[in-house]
Amino acid sequence: MIALSDFLILGALLFSLSVAGIFINRKNIIILLMCIELMLLAVNLNFVAFSHYAGDIAGQVFVFFILTVAAAEAAIGLAILVVLFRNMHTINVAELDNLKG
Amino acid sequence: MEQIIFYAFAAILLFAATMVITVRNPVRAALFLILAFFTSSGIWLLLEAEFLAMTLVLVYVGAVMVLFLFVVMMLDIDLTPLQEGFTRYLPLGIIVAALITIEMIAVLGASHFGLDIVSAPLPHPEGYSNTKEIGLLLYTVYVYPFEIASVILTVAIIAAITLTLREKKSKSQNVSEQVKVRAEDRLRIVKMDAVKKQDNGQEAHS
Repeated sequence: MIALSDFLILGALLFSLSVAGIFINRKNIIILLMCIELMLLAVNLNFVAFSHYAGDIAGQVFVFFILTVAAAEAAIGLAILVVLFRNMHTINVAELDNLKG
Repeated sequence: MEQIIFYAFAAILLFAATMVITVRNPVRAALFLILAFFTSSGIWLLLEAEFLAMTLVLVYVGAVMVLFLFVVMMLDIDLTPLQEGFTRYLPLGIIVAALITIEMIAVLGASHFGLDIVSAPLPHPEGYSNTKEIGLLLYTVYVYPFEIASVILTVAIIAAITLTLREKKSKSQNVSEQVKVRAEDRLRIVKMDAVKKQDNGQEAHS
């Protein structure tokens, strides 16, 4: 049988891979958005694993809501990306310094 | 058998995630992300979350990743400056990722969540439906969060459309407006008193 810790460690590995992805791809907004999607996937994997092993279906309902919010986030993020590229002709994070922060 | 499937799927999932963060071409990254979502949907099937596994394939592979591919292919990106700092930040990223992994394994490892502490759940009786159980909970206890989720989706639709909607540039001819035009729209008659010309010998340049 597969232990709960196996699923949790898989989720942890996936999460840290996406954190490393954010570190090494800090110039490319598209890859950054993909890394955020991977992070949400890792979190969802933990939710589903705990829901299965605790015998409580509520965890899966929460995964449902997270999927909803992630889909909305991806749609709005990509829309912002398209507008950004239309106005600035770049998606390089290093060049997006108009706010002088 | 179940273990072989789990470890194979976990290996494919980690491989796909590694490729997502390391390949240079965003189109390939999106395709590997599709592989990652598909594989994790298989892992969710092992966890008997059938409805969510199907939702993941439908929503993510079917909708979100197609949206990603659409945007990646629509934008004409010069990839060379986007790869700057890849090797410079690679050691830092590996160190942080390794630290996170070690910390999480220390907390979530087999000593706390192993099979002897959290035993495997009993198999469900015949006729058990995961979708029916989720629906029962979703439409009773979680009905208000469900409504809020629908509002969030509506907001996302409206926001995405209003962000990307472009007002039409008025370079084209509008025939009906040209036909409807009247004299007072085009000609402005200015009434002013006659002024006697002042002549003091200078050129009226200023």
